[in-house]
Amino acid sequence: MSITTALKGESPQQARSLFRQLLRQSSQFSSYNFREYARRRTRDAFREHQAEQDPRQVQELLQKGLKELQMMKRQTVLGQFYHMDRLVVETGMAGKETGKSGDISRQKDTGWD
Amino acid sequence: MANAASSALRQASRLGLRQSISSTSARVAPALSRVAAAAPTRASRRGYVSETKQQSAQVNIDTAIKLDKKDFMNDKGELVMPGSATPANATVSPMAEVLKEATVLEEGQRPIYLDMQATTPVDPRVLDAMLPYFMGVYGNPHSRTHAYGWETEKAVEEARENVAKLIGADPKEIIFTSGATESNNMSIKGVARFFGRSGKKKHIVTSQTEHKCVLDSCRHLQDEGFEVTYLPVQNDGLINLQELEAAIRPETAIVSIMAVNNEIGVIQPLEEIGKLCRSKKVFFHTDAAQAVGKIPMDVNAMNIDLMSISSHKIYGPKGIGACYVRRRPRVRLDPIISGGGQERGLRSGTLAPPLVVGFGEACRIAQEELPYDSKRIKYLSDRLLKGLLSLEHTTQNGAPDHFYPGCVNVSFAYVEGESLLMALKDIALSSGSACTSASLEPSYVLRALGNSDESAHSSIRFGIGRFTTEAEVDYVLKAVQERVTFLRELSPLWELVQEGIDLNTIEWSQH
Repeated sequence: MSITTALKGESPQQARSLFRQLLRQSSQFSSYNFREYARRRTRDAFREHQAEQDPRQVQELLQKGLKELQMMKRQTVLGQFYHMDRLVVETGMAGKETGKSGDISRQKDTGWD
Repeated sequence: MANAASSALRQASRLGLRQSISSTSARVAPALSRVAAAAPTRASRRGYVSETKQQSAQVNIDTAIKLDKKDFMNDKGELVMPGSATPANATVSPMAEVLKEATVLEEGQRPIYLDMQATTPVDPRVLDAMLPYFMGVYGNPHSRTHAYGWETEKAVEEARENVAKLIGADPKEIIFTSGATESNNMSIKGVARFFGRSGKKKHIVTSQTEHKCVLDSCRHLQDEGFEVTYLPVQNDGLINLQELEAAIRPETAIVSIMAVNNEIGVIQPLEEIGKLCRSKKVFFHTDAAQAVGKIPMDVNAMNIDLMSISSHKIYGPKGIGACYVRRRPRVRLDPIISGGGQERGLRSGTLAPPLVVGFGEACRIAQEELPYDSKRIKYLSDRLLKGLLSLEHTTQNGAPDHFYPGCVNVSFAYVEGESLLMALKDIALSSGSACTSASLEPSYVLRALGNSDESAHSSIRFGIGRFTTEAEVDYVLKAVQERVTFLRELSPLWELVQEGIDLNTIEWSQH
C-alpha cells in the first residue's frame, strides 16, 4: 500500500510482478476509500521510484512492497467479513461495473431522493 | 443433479412425448436440476399416465430462491461472503448470483465521510499491526518477570519511539494517556497545581478558540483560585503576539495555545509563541491533536514544553493518546491519576498494548507519508475550496494563508447551517466540533473571530483526509451547489438580497 519499487536495477521482472500483484490485491478492499487509496498509493510509489538505480535501495523497496502485499492480503480478507454498505459516490460508477469480475453491479440510482 | 435429469427423461419417455418435451427438459434440466430436485415431490399416483401441467415444467421462483439461499449459505458447511470478489467456494449455483444481486440493490446509501476533524478511519496498516496484540500477545507490558510481559513491553517501547520520532522528542518524554482530552487536563491542571502550591504562580493564559476541554480545565482551575486570561483572537483566528506578551505576568505558570484549530484549521505561530514563553520562563503547552502527523512538528524547534497528541485523528485507534512532557528543562506535574507508578508516575494504570501499538504504527505511517499526504490533501482542498467559493455569498472562515488545508470552514450566507446539513444527508459533515454538535448554539470559535450569529450559524466544516478521493470531492461540490441554491430559493431573505436590499437596513418588527 505504500512506497515500493523500482522498475530498473537488478530485478525488473520481480518489480513488475509485485506491482501487478499489489494492484490486484488493492482492488480487493471492500471499502471504497481504502481501495482507491491503495491503488493510487501503489501507482504513485512505483512512479516515484521509477528511476531508482541503487540495487540495494531497489532490494529494500521490493522487500517493503512484499510486506505491504502481505498486509493487504490479510486486511482485504478481513474487510470482507465486515461488509459495509456502499458509499453514495460509488453509484455513479454503475456503468463501469459489469458484475463479471466478481464485483457488484448496480441498477438503482441512489443518493438522489 | 443427474438423477433429476434422468428421472425427467424417464418420465417423458414413459409419456411417449418423444420430440418436444423430452428435448426441452433435457436442455433445461442441468441448470434447474437443483431446484427440481429440491422442490417438494408430489405424492405421485401410481399409473401409466401421469397428468401434465404447466407447473411441472416450470420453476416456482419463490421456492427456488428460498431453497437456493440455504444452499448458498451452507454448501459444504462453508459460508459465502456476499460481495466478495471470489466466492468462498467455487460451486455456488447460478441462482446464488441472482440472489446476491438482489440484496445489493438497496445498497449504496452510506454517506461520504468528510468530518476528518472529528475522527478518522483506522488505516488498514494500523489495524494489521494491532491485531496480534488482540490475539496471542496479551501480556501486561509492566510484567517484568516473564516473556509475555517482555514482548509487549518491547512493542510498547517501539511505539513510544515512533511517537517520539514524529515530533522530534526523546522516547522517555512520551506519556501515553487515553486521548488528547486527558493529556490537556493532565498538562494544565498538573502544572498549575504543582506550581500553584507555593502560591506564587497562580495565573494561566489561554485563548478563546481553544478546545472545550482546555477551556473547561481552566474554568475548573478558576474555582480552585487560579486566575485565567482568555486571549481574544484576531478576525483571521490567529492570536496577537503583542497581546500574548502583555498577558504573561511574572506569576504566570503556563500558556496553552492550540496548534491547529479543530473548527477553522488555523495554524498558530507556534515557533514565535514558544520563543516568547521560553524567554519569559513560562511553560508552553500546545494542544496538537489536529496538528501532529498533518503538519511538521518539532518540539525542540518550537520550544514546546507540553503537548497533547491524539491517536484517532491520525488514522489510529480511538481511546489512546499521548502527552509530551519535556525533561530538560524538566516540567513537573501533579499527576491526576495516581497508582502503580507507570509512565514515570505521571499516569498510572496498565497500558493497552494493542492501542499503543496501533498508535505507534499510525505515527510511523504519518511520518513516512507526511509529504505525500500533504500534497494530496492540498490538492483536494484547493479543488473543494475553489468550487465552494465560486458560489456567490460564500466566505472562508479563518486565515486563508495560514490554515491546515484538510480543514475547510465555509460560511454560506442566507442558508441555515443545520438545514444545509440536513439537506446534505448523503455527506457526513459537521458545523463545528463533534463535542458541541448536539446543541444548536452557534460555534464559540466562530463567535470569537467576530463573526455574526447568522454567519456562525451558516458555517460548515469540511474535513479532508488521507482516504478522500477526487470523486468524493466532486460529488460534494455538486451536492452543495445544488442544495445551497435550493435552500436559498426558499429563503425570503435571499429574495430581499436579490432585490438589492441590504438586510442590515431593515427594521424588523418586534414580537
